Amino acid sequence: MSKKLKNWKEIPIGGLIVEPGNSKEYLTGDWRTFRPVHIPEKCINCMICWVNCPDSSILSKNGNFDKFDYDHCKGCGICANSCPVKAIEMKPEVDFDE
Amino acid sequence: MSKTKIDRTPLSGAESVAQAMRQINPEVVAAYPITPQTGIMHAFTAFVNDGDVDTEMIRVESEHSAMSATLGASAAGVRAITATSSNGLALMHEIVYIAASTRLPIVMPVVNRALSGPINIHCDHSDTMAERDSGWVQIYCENNQEAYEMTLLAIRLAEHKDILLPVMVCQDGFITSHGVEGVKLYKDSIVKKFLGKYKPKHPLLDTKNPITIGPLDFYDYYFEHKRQQSEAIHNVRKVFPKLVKEFKKISGKDYGFIESYMMDDAKEAIVVMSSSAGTTKEVVDRLRKEGRKVGMVKIRMFRPFPISEIKEVLKGVDIVAVLDRVESFGAVGGPLFNEIRSSLYDYNNKPKIVNYVFGLGGRSYTPELGRQVFDEISKDKNSKDYEHNLVRYLVVRN
Repeated sequence: MSKKLKNWKEIPIGGLIVEPGNSKEYLTGDWRTFRPVHIPEKCINCMICWVNCPDSSILSKNGNFDKFDYDHCKGCGICANSCPVKAIEMKPEVDFDE
Repeated sequence: MSKTKIDRTPLSGAESVAQAMRQINPEVVAAYPITPQTGIMHAFTAFVNDGDVDTEMIRVESEHSAMSATLGASAAGVRAITATSSNGLALMHEIVYIAASTRLPIVMPVVNRALSGPINIHCDHSDTMAERDSGWVQIYCENNQEAYEMTLLAIRLAEHKDILLPVMVCQDGFITSHGVEGVKLYKDSIVKKFLGKYKPKHPLLDTKNPITIGPLDFYDYYFEHKRQQSEAIHNVRKVFPKLVKEFKKISGKDYGFIESYMMDDAKEAIVVMSSSAGTTKEVVDRLRKEGRKVGMVKIRMFRPFPISEIKEVLKGVDIVAVLDRVESFGAVGGPLFNEIRSSLYDYNNKPKIVNYVFGLGGRSYTPELGRQVFDEISKDKNSKDYEHNLVRYLVVRN
């Protein structure tokens, strides 16, 4: 992930996290080996993926599927697995250029 | 009635540490009994029972729990102490590392005892030497007075803002812990003033400023936290002398990282730790009377290791015998030997150096054995092949 990491003099000692509510700053997207890809033509906006995603990485807009939060999606594949119309496909990260 | 003023109290090494703990009055003490540490908690729990301290005494089910409870209390933001020996320390091992890496200023008196097996209750340094890379400051005490004073100093050292690390204060099992000496205890009011109040920067129970302790820490930050830890333990090198200077107003003593004895013109030297230093001083005195230029260096602080002091004190010495009260299986010599030998590597005129593994499982180190070491290295001085006999055993039956 692109976030600039701090040096050893800039961070709290002992691994302490000294402010609450900062888990979103921890970008877990680079753990991913498979990336979920949305297929809009198949999607029926049932939002079962949104319900099942353990990392709140399905983002919605007006009650419909919007996009994936790739900064935090770990690529577990639960969304693709639970999709009743197979509108989410898991593709290897190596297939993407960036 | 005699009017002679006696300013010393007869105390065992264990009781001396318990007296220091009484004066520290820690909010939490968690402990599990193990010989020969038990003497400390035996005395301290009497203070708890008698209301001499305000400590919450937690009697846990194992040493793993003792260190865990102490860690929890320290994280909550109070002074917390535990004490142990031998296999008890080994059982704590997992949490010993966590205490240091979480940067909690826990003080732990350790009464050195041989690790099993075979099972043995007597002194050697296998227990604390197994924790030498854990990130704790390690202080080794020669006698009861030193154990008392170092326990007090350890509190200030651990809690210093540039350190914030746990400290082990070690004394020799039975030899020190159960040996009674006259100990000069300083007035409670004076000691309490020296210790001051502990003000944690990030106490877990400060609900207005919520924090997380011990979170996941991967390849992106774990290494940076280890680097901080390394810096912190080396800060002891700057802070300890300042604390000693402040404490000198009470004790009158100049405690260094090492103590050198008759080293100014010494040509042959023994380097040793803990109670065996006292025995070696006696040997040095006897040999000096015979006109031999011998001396002794005691390592008071093993972590951080006093490399510059060692280089300075061993300059000009012909041969050094390093005495390790532990065997480091598969290594070339004990841990102290390896540290000292490494310290001297950059010198052009470095002294010859040999290692004696001694006193395992409580085997006595007598003045006669100390003399034997000096006699042997005196011969090795002019020998070219002393290196073929680099590591010796003092004394194993052949």
